[in-house]
Amino acid sequence: MGEVTRLGEGLRAYRLIAGMWIRSSLTYRASFFLTLIGNLVVTGLDFATILLMFTQVDRLGGWTMPEVAFLYGLSATAFGFADLVFGSLDVLGTRIRDGSFDTLLVRPAPVLAQIGADHFALRRLGRISQGGLVLAYALTAIDVDWTPEKVLLVPVTVAGGAVIFCALFLMGATFQFVAGDAAEVQNAFTYGGTTLLQYPPTVFGKDFVRGVTFLLPLAFVNWIPAAHILGRPYPLRLPEWTAWAPPLVAVAGCALAGLAWRVGLRSYRSTGS
Amino acid sequence: MFIEVDGVEKVFEVRKKTGFLKRERRQVRAVDELSFTVARGEMVGYIGPNGAGKSTTIKMLTGILTPSGGRLRVAGIDPSRERTKLAHRIGVVFGQRTTLWWDLPLIDSYRLMHRMYRIPDARYRENLDRLVELLSLDTLLDVPVRQLSLGQRMRGDIVAALLHDPDVLYLDEPTIGLDVISKSKVRDFLRELNEEHGTTVLLTTHDLQDIEQLCSRVMVIDHGRLMYDGPLAGLHEVGESERTLVVDLERELPPIDMGGAARVVKVEGPRQWLAFPASESAAPLVARVAAEYPLVDLSVREPDIETVIAKMLHSLGDTPKPPSDRTTA
Ligand SMILES: Nc1ncnc2c1ncn2[C@@H]1O[C@H](COP(=O)(O)OP(=O)(O)O)[C@@H](O)[C@H]1O
Ligand SMILES: [Mg+2]
Repeated sequence: MGEVTRLGEGLRAYRLIAGMWIRSSLTYRASFFLTLIGNLVVTGLDFATILLMFTQVDRLGGWTMPEVAFLYGLSATAFGFADLVFGSLDVLGTRIRDGSFDTLLVRPAPVLAQIGADHFALRRLGRISQGGLVLAYALTAIDVDWTPEKVLLVPVTVAGGAVIFCALFLMGATFQFVAGDAAEVQNAFTYGGTTLLQYPPTVFGKDFVRGVTFLLPLAFVNWIPAAHILGRPYPLRLPEWTAWAPPLVAVAGCALAGLAWRVGLRSYRSTGS
Repeated sequence: MFIEVDGVEKVFEVRKKTGFLKRERRQVRAVDELSFTVARGEMVGYIGPNGAGKSTTIKMLTGILTPSGGRLRVAGIDPSRERTKLAHRIGVVFGQRTTLWWDLPLIDSYRLMHRMYRIPDARYRENLDRLVELLSLDTLLDVPVRQLSLGQRMRGDIVAALLHDPDVLYLDEPTIGLDVISKSKVRDFLRELNEEHGTTVLLTTHDLQDIEQLCSRVMVIDHGRLMYDGPLAGLHEVGESERTLVVDLERELPPIDMGGAARVVKVEGPRQWLAFPASESAAPLVARVAAEYPLVDLSVREPDIETVIAKMLHSLGDTPKPPSDRTTA
């Protein structure tokens, strides 16, 4: 099967299974709306922490409040999309342990699509909307000479960042083939990643910034493109063009994670009765 | 041949904690040099003690597990390499694991199968109507799966596995934990499926009656190796297993004398237990008892599967080895 038809098959299966989960969650209507509201409140509080900080200081690592909000908006929106699509990959370990992963493998659909759509939850839209709101506010508040190039970079960054986070989710999921209880590790990288990206690179040590640029390419989710748009010095004095690197990094990350996933799947050993 | 298994092996590497940060690696040979073939339309019972390697075999046949060695083909397809292609040709039912959607009405799970397998509308309708009627689920289609009994759910799973008209159906312990009625419904259905539809069926079970009522051929596996492959009667012969005729007489009598045809193993008041070879029909024995003794009631008890297998393995000179013998440190 060609890669394109596989992708088509995957998307189709994803849609079918996600639809089933949405219907399942709607059977408990009250709890559905409660979790939706709860989710909005919790993600809202997330940004409130940052606002709270700015009541004490004027600048954070040299960045103004709207600038930090810009970082936050880019990262939270990108993460929100990735979380919507692949956020359930952390159930993989449980599925492997209780044996139900076996039943996905006998279906005529790519298993990644099936497990990605597992426990699909619309309440995750809450995170995207919250991130989008913060981003919208930041775009009006930051002091930038907008050029067409900079305007275009904003959606490209969000899309690239979403895919980078997807690759991270997938990488983390692959770990669960090796260690069944690695869901925590995955969450540390993904949720942890989005949290640290809410702060400017200037508040972290150089070695740490190097790590999240070259090892885990988180810096491409927002730091570098944001630095370009805001006309600030790039972290690690990276060359100018790297602001447009997020899509490249995203594609490379996906290729790598996809490869790892295949190896992991190949080594899958089910579970003894 | 529809299913070809040739020298297939599956070795699991197991790591066990033996102390702080110390781990011991062992290899468990779950399936060992296994070879057999199954022709299209056959109904085969696959039995063996717990941990013998039955589920592992089925997982390899369905592409869930990749064999460590040997060659495997189902409908000409290498299962682990072309898992999704094979999926259209096979149906799988795992006894203790439902694939139905817990919170949704039963019919929703079937609609998902309809679309996921791209079953043509007319065929889906036809199959659904037929399967649901045969397994008496017609009135339950709108009931959420979580409200179904275990037996109903199992029947529901069988329907889900067959909507796309697979050539072969694998069932891993399909009757485990089911009530008598559900068991007999499942058996009747499988027989009909095999006879009318020509579907190839491979089932593992712990219930000898499943095999007795369904399978003309039985394969026995132990420690990952095939120990017997042939008709059930042959298994009884090899293992010299016995069935038991429980006889209620009008009154207490001395032990019944049937010559060499049966021997009395227990007497309790007017009730007597007679053992006779499982490979022989009970009818002549029953007729003779009825003719010579004042009979009130009787029943026939099957030997349980563990006993039959144990006797067979014993008579083949296989002294079951403890698992540690099969492992290397
Ligand atoms: N995923 C696994 N990892 C390690 N060992 C396993 C695994 N699956 C099965 N085994 C071992 O392989 C042997 C055969 O298991 P299984 O095929 O489940 O037996 P059965 O279904 O006949 O009861 C057992 O010793 C079991 O412990
Ligand atoms: Mg088993």
